[in-house]
Amino acid sequence: MNSAQKVSLTSLIVGLMFGAGLAISGMTDVTKVQNFLDPLGNWDITLAFVMIGALAVALPCFHFVLKKSKPKYDDKFHMPSATKVDKKLLIGAMLFGAGWAMVGICPGPAFASLSYGYWQTLVFIAAMFVGAHVSRKLLD
Amino acid sequence: MLAHLSQFNITEALFGGALIGVSAVILLLFAGRIAGACGIAFSLINPAVSNQGWRLMFIVGTVLGGFLAHQMTEVPVPNAPTSNLLLLILGGFLTGFGSKLGNGCTSGHGICGIARLSPRSIISTLTFMLAGFVFVIVLRHGLGVI
Repeated sequence: MNSAQKVSLTSLIVGLMFGAGLAISGMTDVTKVQNFLDPLGNWDITLAFVMIGALAVALPCFHFVLKKSKPKYDDKFHMPSATKVDKKLLIGAMLFGAGWAMVGICPGPAFASLSYGYWQTLVFIAAMFVGAHVSRKLLD
Repeated sequence: MLAHLSQFNITEALFGGALIGVSAVILLLFAGRIAGACGIAFSLINPAVSNQGWRLMFIVGTVLGGFLAHQMTEVPVPNAPTSNLLLLILGGFLTGFGSKLGNGCTSGHGICGIARLSPRSIISTLTFMLAGFVFVIVLRHGLGVI
């Protein structure tokens, strides 16, 4: 197996764990997500524990992994290059939060919930790709 | 309100969260990549991006992982989204538009970015959480549409 194939296989396994984690944790449950975002209603803070669980693992591990000179199957780490907090970051995050609130789905859970067979998920994903495409065209 | 806590599924949330954390660590350690769902998915429709194989595999894995999780655990399949068609389209559009503009979403900024202590990611996460609160409150308690 060449290194591109090793990366792809790793990525498939990682995707399986990621999708399963999202489904088990409750992130694909739109009612739970919208109740998580609703401190004035029947506030369900369970989903805060998803982030706590994820960061409890990722925070210390990222620290050690990023001390390495390179990843196992590639020549370098592909890290985001932007460092400045700018208007694009803030406006993007605001619009993203608004969209997340409207349906209760963010991009990862959209894919992880595809197998549930709801047409609403398909509409959401299609609109999401259109939104990303329009955004990229405007940025170019 | 914290009295409600026990009726929710903290163990599942923590375990599922840890699984997400482990997946992000493996992708970084072996592939040197950030496990951000939107960055990975949206690169697939960008003809300027080469090396799409691993991205496609990640999305395929995510879809299958979501399916298998409910086969292998007691966690029930959640109900369908209840938002109306206009909100589904607008919500999807803004989710895609916003995360592309702001270079990340819940997984990219919220997990991976915070895990590497990126100031951009910490500010992005606080901003989209706040926007999420505001919009659910306005849409649910103000307009009554969700």
